[in-house]
Amino acid sequence: MAPPSKQVASFAEAVRDIPDGAVVAFGGFAMPGTPFNLIKALHDHGAKQLTCIANTTGGAQQPRMPDIGMLVENGQVKKVICAFTAATRASDVLPFTKYYESGEVEAELVPQGTLAERLRAAGAGIPAFYTPTAVGTELAEGRETRVINGREYLLEYALPLDYAFVRATRADAFGNLQFHRSQRNFNPVMATAARITIAELDEDILPAGTIDPDAVHLSGIFVHRLVCVPPAPEGIWPVRRQERRR
Amino acid sequence: MSETKGLTRQQMADRIALEFQDGWIVNLGVGIPTMCSNTDIGDRHVIYHSENGVIGYGPIAPAGDEDLNLVNAGGQNVTLNPGAAVVHHADSFAIIRGGHIDVTVMGAYEVACNGDFANWKVKGAKGGGIGGAMDLAACAKRVFLILEQVTRDGSPRLVAQCALPVTARGVVKLVATNYGLFEPTGDGFLLREIAAGFTVAEVRAATGAKLIVRGAVPLVRLAA
Repeated sequence: MAPPSKQVASFAEAVRDIPDGAVVAFGGFAMPGTPFNLIKALHDHGAKQLTCIANTTGGAQQPRMPDIGMLVENGQVKKVICAFTAATRASDVLPFTKYYESGEVEAELVPQGTLAERLRAAGAGIPAFYTPTAVGTELAEGRETRVINGREYLLEYALPLDYAFVRATRADAFGNLQFHRSQRNFNPVMATAARITIAELDEDILPAGTIDPDAVHLSGIFVHRLVCVPPAPEGIWPVRRQERRR
Repeated sequence: MSETKGLTRQQMADRIALEFQDGWIVNLGVGIPTMCSNTDIGDRHVIYHSENGVIGYGPIAPAGDEDLNLVNAGGQNVTLNPGAAVVHHADSFAIIRGGHIDVTVMGAYEVACNGDFANWKVKGAKGGGIGGAMDLAACAKRVFLILEQVTRDGSPRLVAQCALPVTARGVVKLVATNYGLFEPTGDGFLLREIAAGFTVAEVRAATGAKLIVRGAVPLVRLAA
């Protein structure tokens, strides 16, 4: 018997039950794999006191795409956990910065590989792990380290999520996902770390069983809701870099 | 703005790329380091790795022919070389943390002669941009840096001790600037090669740590 389809009709419906105080992660690295449509739906939904996790807070370039910075500007965010809480170019100022510097929002700055591994650990039942990353830096000050085989390591804890938003190219009705090229990035590990994963899809949802099991990038056991991205302008799609300006 | 004396950004990248050995897995950071993938390094085959899980990317994609779902660490649309593969972020950093990256090339605000360097937080900022820099710096087999010799106000970026919060300690093996090629030795910077147009005295004056010179310093090599 075919499993019931996980497709839901709209982005609004997909995010409707997200409560105030939820811990929500957004996949994506630059444009690829970023769930712009779900982030916009969360913005419109209005849940507050959120803890938001992503690679960056966004907003270094124009035109703006939906990002954590927009949720911050909308008064929805208590804390962010990111690998960038400032722009890569020191002269760029993020929309987020003003709120962070005034103390309206908290931030935890985490090295990118440590962020990925904390999510992976949460999904894999590992409560904490030791990593050489950030040893000897300001980030390690006052924290637990341990010397193993003559090298110093920093203790890092798993980062479990309430919700993960991901973007993929293709899904079957059970939620098995395929990503195209660098769309994959954080998306699979965030999905495994979350109680509820919501995926936005580039393509129409296929019947269960039509993606070759050997070619599934993320099992549908980690994916709970599926929404198709409509064509632009109703749906939000990655845009060419040279069409953006600083 | 006056014309910059010494090496151009691409020439700094070219000089570092000449160090890449056949079969190396190379991670290129945002900014000048990504320009290393433009350098002709002859017959040597190098695999470029990007933090987002792309293994084996090639040159920037031609305009109009970009895959918008394929980017390098700087978010630029790139192409793939034969043999490329894509993995997710945790696997990508397992490659990094596992010591499989032969060299990581990064930009920096400051580098000290003991091999410490700083590239994630500027003075007075509350936030920072670490990205993958701390993982790469701690775990790649080698760390090479490309940076301007001095800041906009003329202060040396090659220093005896980092004033900014460090990214990692004691890891930098080679530094290319617009003034030349340097090797941190612990007590100073060995000037291995000098950019055309500069004297050793000028380089020394623009270096904030002991400058070590052994005999006649050759010009910066720019072709394989």
